[in-house]
Amino acid sequence: MLAKRIVPCLDIKDGRTVKGVNFVDLRDAGDPVELAEIYSKEGADELVFLDISATEQKRKTLADLVYRVAEKINIPFTVGGGISSVEDVDVLLQNGADKVSINSSAVKNPKLINDLVAKFGSQCIVVAIDAKQIEGEWIVHLVGGKVPTERKLFEWAKEVEERGAGEILFTSMDHDGTKDGFANEALAKLSQELNIPIIASGGAGKVVHFTDTFKEGKADAALAASVFHFKEIGIGDLKKELQEEGIPVRI
Amino acid sequence: MKIVIINYGAGNIQSIKFAIQRLGYTAVLSDDPEEIKSADKVIFPGVGEASSAMKMLNASGLQTLIPELKQPVLGICLGMQLMCNKSEEGNTTGLGIFDVDVVRFSKNVKVPQIGWNQITSLKSGLFDKVDDKEHIYLVHSFYAPLCDETIATSEYDVAYSAALKKDNFYGVQFHPEKSSEVGAQILKNFLSLESN
Repeated sequence: MLAKRIVPCLDIKDGRTVKGVNFVDLRDAGDPVELAEIYSKEGADELVFLDISATEQKRKTLADLVYRVAEKINIPFTVGGGISSVEDVDVLLQNGADKVSINSSAVKNPKLINDLVAKFGSQCIVVAIDAKQIEGEWIVHLVGGKVPTERKLFEWAKEVEERGAGEILFTSMDHDGTKDGFANEALAKLSQELNIPIIASGGAGKVVHFTDTFKEGKADAALAASVFHFKEIGIGDLKKELQEEGIPVRI
Repeated sequence: MKIVIINYGAGNIQSIKFAIQRLGYTAVLSDDPEEIKSADKVIFPGVGEASSAMKMLNASGLQTLIPELKQPVLGICLGMQLMCNKSEEGNTTGLGIFDVDVVRFSKNVKVPQIGWNQITSLKSGLFDKVDDKEHIYLVHSFYAPLCDETIATSEYDVAYSAALKKDNFYGVQFHPEKSSEVGAQILKNFLSLESN
């Protein structure tokens, strides 16, 4: 049976992890490779590296990081953040990334999805969508949720699927950082209307939130950052509890 | 031991190279027929779309060489699919090593299948020290149905071939290079096969 995936997300700036991490056993808390290795050993199913640096050196630094991660890590990982061209993606995949995630660049230029899928295949193209509710309507936002667009979540998600994306990473800006659970209603609707996997993001605080997002939200994978970084939830314990709840997981 | 990864332009081979490196070996990337023929083990990777990958393979002239190889050959993901008779994807004629046709998952399930699924009914030395129902990582929209050459089964919508074997040819639908310790064991087993 296909297992539900647990996906820690690491924010990267200039090749280093930025969100505070609370691992006493880390030699270097800012080293993404070391952190990735720990998560991999703990049973993470996949990793996401989100690059938030904006320097000119960015591309090279990120490519170097991808190479170092691929060298060490034997589980799949996705790289996102500021990717806006076929060339950007080519460099990351050549260096060993399994998937890339695009966000703003896809909203600004939707044809980019088709171009990437044609060149690299659906399997490695993840489209990340950030959205929040405005007057009862889910509206797609850019720049980490700061800038609203004209696009509505479900229409945009459908278009993303039709253009060939292999997976959608949906972050609810209304839930992100609240530690109060994922946006399960919207997630379930995405799963019902689309036929590609959906990764839930935003709102993880307790184990029960993961259970709920798999059961009620019908999510295929759940992404979280701080609950893992601050060891509020251990991945091994989380998976054991999910298994007890009858959710298929890889242990 | 000389390990050659066939380099015909299809997809991400860096991860396979690294996985072999983690096992203490070095793999060479090559599209040179003499180099491939002289290898102890050959790995035939592939990601992306079947018809364009097959075009690249035909352009490299390797489509006749691969079926004639005598040493252990391991096709991974799309590599395995191209070793079959044909694929529904892009209506592609394959290498015809495995006597099975690759078809698309139905709309009953989300496509592509992405993630960790279990392998069962393990039937070859390729799976030495691998337990039944271990998880392996897959990303695919098309699959090889069960057939006489199936040596591992997985289930998504239907039961299908997670791995195939014919003589010295092995094919795995999953990515051993991304399947954690289980994948590493399978790659190790492949590299330990007798070279003829």
